[in-house]
Amino acid sequence: GNWARLAAQQRLTQDQLLQFDTFGNVSLIHITDIHAQLKPIYFREPSVNIGVGGNKGAVPHVTGADFRKLYGIEDGSPSHYALSSGDFSALAQGYGKVGGMDRVATVVNAIRADRPDAILLDGGDTWHGSYTCHKTQGQDMVNVMNALQPDAMTFHWEFTLGSDRVTELVEGLPFAALGQNIFDAEWDEPTDLFPPYKMFERGGTKIAVIGQAFPYMPIANPRWMFPEFSFGIRDENMASMVEEVRAAGAECVVVLSHNGFDVDKKMASVVPGIDVILSGHTHDALPEAVTVGDTIIVASGSNGKFVSRVDLDIRDGRMMGYRTKLIPIFSDVITPDAEMSSLIDAQRAPYAAELSEVIGQTDSLLYRRGNFNGTWDDLICDALLSEREAEIALSPGVRWGPSLIPGQDITREDIFNVTSMSYGEAYRSEMTGEFLKVVLEDVADNIFNPDPFYQQGGDMVRTGGLGYRIDVSKPQGERISNMTLLSTSEPIDPARAYVVAGWASVNEGTEGPQIWDVVENHIRKIGTVTVSENNSVDVVGV
Amino acid sequence: ASTFAIASITGASAYASLTDDAIAALTGGAEAGEGAITITAPEIAENGNTVPVAVDAPGAVAITLFADGNPTPGVATFKFGPLSASRSAATRIRLATTQNVVAVAKMEDGSFQMAKANVKVTIGGCGG
Amino acid sequence: MASGVKPRVKVPKTAAAGETITIKTLISHKMESGQRKDSDGNPIPRSIINRFTTEFNGENVVDVALEPAISTNPYFQFDAVVPEAGEFKFTWYDDDGSVYEETKSIKIG
Ligand SMILES: [Mn+2]
Ligand SMILES: [Mn+2]
Repeated sequence: GNWARLAAQQRLTQDQLLQFDTFGNVSLIHITDIHAQLKPIYFREPSVNIGVGGNKGAVPHVTGADFRKLYGIEDGSPSHYALSSGDFSALAQGYGKVGGMDRVATVVNAIRADRPDAILLDGGDTWHGSYTCHKTQGQDMVNVMNALQPDAMTFHWEFTLGSDRVTELVEGLPFAALGQNIFDAEWDEPTDLFPPYKMFERGGTKIAVIGQAFPYMPIANPRWMFPEFSFGIRDENMASMVEEVRAAGAECVVVLSHNGFDVDKKMASVVPGIDVILSGHTHDALPEAVTVGDTIIVASGSNGKFVSRVDLDIRDGRMMGYRTKLIPIFSDVITPDAEMSSLIDAQRAPYAAELSEVIGQTDSLLYRRGNFNGTWDDLICDALLSEREAEIALSPGVRWGPSLIPGQDITREDIFNVTSMSYGEAYRSEMTGEFLKVVLEDVADNIFNPDPFYQQGGDMVRTGGLGYRIDVSKPQGERISNMTLLSTSEPIDPARAYVVAGWASVNEGTEGPQIWDVVENHIRKIGTVTVSENNSVDVVGV
Repeated sequence: ASTFAIASITGASAYASLTDDAIAALTGGAEAGEGAITITAPEIAENGNTVPVAVDAPGAVAITLFADGNPTPGVATFKFGPLSASRSAATRIRLATTQNVVAVAKMEDGSFQMAKANVKVTIGGCGG
Repeated sequence: MASGVKPRVKVPKTAAAGETITIKTLISHKMESGQRKDSDGNPIPRSIINRFTTEFNGENVVDVALEPAISTNPYFQFDAVVPEAGEFKFTWYDDDGSVYEETKSIKIG
């Protein structure tokens, strides 16, 4: 139904969104996985997010109505719209867009007014994900974030700018670039560029913030772009760092993490002495902290949609209590910070014409998140099949990229928001049926391995022209069956070579047109996008 | 999930029996004990062509490394001399596929110790 | 002699007498396994570093036998006792008969 826009907005005020009973003596502000979204957007949370092993049925692997029930969220409420899937397009009409770094600035400033020495921490995936970020090689985001004045940051997609550019940008940062697990690959030693932690004296106490970059950077992203660096979880080194900061007088240990949520839960269980993990990478938005032993884990969503405030009571050498709030950035409710608005506009001004060019329209909700498919990737796969004349299309299961609601124009900016990267070439190659199975099995194990330390935190590779069944409960090699070429309804022949088009290959030297051009050409031809329901993946064993 | 390297990778250790044979040749068929040797390797290799592996076996005179999924299982043998301060060493090895790295230590008393670590070599990655 | 072979080692400049130090070594070498083929399908002959040794004042620290499964640019890390001032000598032996050496002196202080 059409949730009345007026009623919705009358129910919601900036004061309500920011309302917080100040607690203890220290405040942390967490924002993560902005993916270069400077302006308000729509962002639909996933409806399918399966947990396996010990995380079966545990948050963040609870979605939609189950999620609302778990947290006592009323249907049609602002929290329904912000935190869960279901009725998204209608609620989006009512509640409007979310995010915008000028709104984020307002929220950060309000928390700072309340607690002037609050620590602002950026969990990474900041310098990636938009047209302007791509064109400026991250400079637009650096300029905006520098104005927001974080105290520290950690990293993932930033490294896909390449070692030289990352080094150049990090050397110029006026705040700490942390990563206890970022090592020099040649000698397997910590780097000077990325210190493991930083100590802060705030609220009459000493707080250590330890950085944890994305552990699987050289696997999930092209390692040839940053061969000087090695990553990994390095939980033993994390344990040493916790001991080191405690010995140096830290009364509270905060980990600014880009591990992903389930990895963070396991890390909290194997590394003693962490008080707070600010969790990023898997883009989960949880209204309450999750506890593992004495550690609290806070997940703050993505794409600039949320800011977390975490108040801590630190006394007598330990954390005595905490209070958290996940603040949804309703763009029409929170007044933009004027200085930040003009700074953002200045970043975008040189590209205004290209950004705003309308390529087509959509009749369908276009979203990405979900373990197996999303309508954005259905559209991208269609574009690959058609523009690259392929039998099968593969689109990476990345978790970034905002949504568009039915009736919206599709601009060039929108296409870049879901495709932009430094290795966007759309390849066209032949793969045997056997190899395709190996690919699906391999990626599935990165998501559904019951041991979180084997999970890389993305979603399943999206397929176009190819259907399959997946049993998520099985081990690698046994999950995928019933692979079918959809155009003929025939089973995939292990020995036959299929023409496959895809993008975002980690291989050096991949050739092809940029994926955003492929998608743009496709949308121009069809004019108005209508994505039909995708039933090509049969999921069992949940 | 994205972004896989084009490589042929399977999970099975088709060559594991070669490693068993090589270990038997090394130990002369003697049973190898466990517990006095540790092997450290990543759960998932960042790069199968250069996987960091460390071994530690206090009281060992030599440690041999095998990779049980490579077509040729031998990797390296470390012999510790009089000025070696520990019986530990680290190196980087090539793994063709997901497999076990096996370390066999010959101890001062002539007995053997053995430890294994499974390393996953993956072609794909995911981007959150 | 294979081209571009360059040994590098990391040894502390000083140590206390009897102290344990950690040594790291690298040598740039392609470690051709003998299992690859060139673009014409002809096998590329094996060419690896097959042995690496470290001595201190003539006494052995480690002696390593390498197989083709050791990565390109062989890397070793190990611990040595430093009984007195003197010189570490590192030696890499190539399949092609070449021998590469590097030395590092260490002071007691
Ligand atoms: Mn990430
Ligand atoms: Mn992200």
